[in-house]
Amino acid sequence: MELTNEQLVEMYRRMVRIRRFEENVVDMVASGEIPGAAHTSIGQEGEIVGACMALRLDDYMVGNHRSHGHPIGKGANLKGLMAELLGKRTGVNRGKSGSMHLADFSIGSVGETSILGSGIPIAAGAALGARMLGTDRVSLCFFGDGASNEGAVHEGLNLAAVWKLPVIYVCENNGYAVTVPAEKAISVHNISERAKAYDIPGVTVDGQDAIAVYEVVSEAVKRARAGQGPSLVEAKTYRYRHHAEGPLFDNLNYRSEEEVMRWKKRDPLVILRTRLLESGVLTEADAAQIEREVQDEVQAAITFARESAYPDPQEAFEGLYVHPIPITR
Amino acid sequence: MRQITYLQAIGEAMREEMRRDPRVFLMGEDIEANVFGTATGFKEEFGADRLRDVPLSEAGFVGAAIGSAMVGMRPIVDLTIASFLYVAMDQIVSMAAKTTYMYGGQTHVPLVLRASMFFGGANAAQHSDRNYPMLMNVPGLKIITPSTPYDMKGLLKTAIREDDPMVSFEDGMLWGTRGDVPEEEYLIPFGVAEVKRAGTDVTVVAIASRVQEALAAAETLTKEGVSVEVIDPRTLVPLDKETILASVAKTGRLVVVEEAHRTCGAAAEIAAIVAEEGFWNLKAPIKRLAVPDVHIPFSPPLEKLMYPTASTIVSAIHAVME
Repeated sequence: MELTNEQLVEMYRRMVRIRRFEENVVDMVASGEIPGAAHTSIGQEGEIVGACMALRLDDYMVGNHRSHGHPIGKGANLKGLMAELLGKRTGVNRGKSGSMHLADFSIGSVGETSILGSGIPIAAGAALGARMLGTDRVSLCFFGDGASNEGAVHEGLNLAAVWKLPVIYVCENNGYAVTVPAEKAISVHNISERAKAYDIPGVTVDGQDAIAVYEVVSEAVKRARAGQGPSLVEAKTYRYRHHAEGPLFDNLNYRSEEEVMRWKKRDPLVILRTRLLESGVLTEADAAQIEREVQDEVQAAITFARESAYPDPQEAFEGLYVHPIPITR
Repeated sequence: MRQITYLQAIGEAMREEMRRDPRVFLMGEDIEANVFGTATGFKEEFGADRLRDVPLSEAGFVGAAIGSAMVGMRPIVDLTIASFLYVAMDQIVSMAAKTTYMYGGQTHVPLVLRASMFFGGANAAQHSDRNYPMLMNVPGLKIITPSTPYDMKGLLKTAIREDDPMVSFEDGMLWGTRGDVPEEEYLIPFGVAEVKRAGTDVTVVAIASRVQEALAAAETLTKEGVSVEVIDPRTLVPLDKETILASVAKTGRLVVVEEAHRTCGAAAEIAAIVAEEGFWNLKAPIKRLAVPDVHIPFSPPLEKLMYPTASTIVSAIHAVME
């Protein structure tokens, strides 16, 4: 499970990719180019990529409304993601779902769902399907500290546990459910403690340390693939931006500037880069090269999205069913 | 022809489809113990993997069924009583119904939810829902309401083969009814209503077990010389409006009968379609017979007042014939 040097560099590249993609998203929401709500993952790149690197490309992944990082972490091409954000036909969802649902099924996604907690049973089902179809695929589900209180989480975790399903639940605990601090809404100090209730392993890990997350999730993946059932991993992390972009969340006094600064001092990109530079896996020149390449990739994705066409009006009425039925207009 | 019950028809449809396609499996509460008798011999034939008892957790197991469908399985979920689907409402509405559309066709959800409408037996409001109209209001689902063993089997087999999420509303009042069902295989297509009885004076569109009541009313009215056409839509989504409109064009009168609540019901929808598209064929105002907008009371003499019967249908037909 030791990461090769190539994998470590890839891990860093994907984290940079999420950061630069998201920084552009922030600007494009502010300028009005991206419509609708946008929830960024800036600050959470370590736990996302650490978890995704523990998966194979054909393993399943379910995410949530903070959906941009997950597919990038699992290796998606940026073009289809950016086009989706702009509501274009070339988007991963053909412009049907936008920012909260960037699910790219070509890299193993089984959905990014914006109803919190709803992905927990879905991920259990993907794991059940994987097993019934005779594959050794596992399923990984990202969810937040806010979602951890939803009833579907209890139901899904219990089901996964009694059926010993190959699924890994990764709680991205970024400390806040929109504005409500975790300690005000959650009965336990560590959400991983809730694993005891299902007699499954529960581990809390530093979400800003991508390698640490990778190691913990890899262990859970190993267990799942070996038929030993689900695990619950809690990654303590932080989002630098507010819940979502836009004026609604900008001037709310729910966390201190001091707290934000404290977390920024433990930036996941800096932590990994420093480690890779110190161990000689990466040189400053390599890091700069990755920066340039990622910037080019993001710009190419933006250009692609801008030049792509909007869906035809008729497409609003298509794709509801595999076998369509008449829709009265 | 051979006769079997409505419940046996459900069992036969599932067994034949599970034999045909190894990806089809059945899960639900008390399904291994076969409480309702629809899974007789399934455990022995298909094994524990394809016949799964579930923990009492509708959101959990409906969600798991959806997830398995998204990766290639074809689950049938026996929700037992239709009232329990509320516990899984988020999974049914936000996930099953919306997934194909929202992900731009990257995946689909070949899921069958089976829910019995367990009314008329003194089980009070929380166990007696006839809630198909609520789900008719959710694009992305397909809905069947079979009224005979023949329709039950043919429609459920089609449902299991469909690639879209389906809800089978099975009328508990019909569980024990027997009807002709051939030994040989058949499928019934969706969106094709059946004229259960031809007539010329008035069209009665009836749903699920109200079809029997409508047929009884029609029989009574022959003595008075009134010729009643009884139409069973069989599938509510998609709805075969052409057959209904053609019948109204012939008779000029419409009574719609259902066992769901009146407001925003299937009868309301059918009445609205005929008012919009068949208005100039009408000789009398449309009449709806449905359950009044109150909860189902426990006490049998009170519950009996709730559902349209052959005699209330006769009265309604008299009213539109005046």
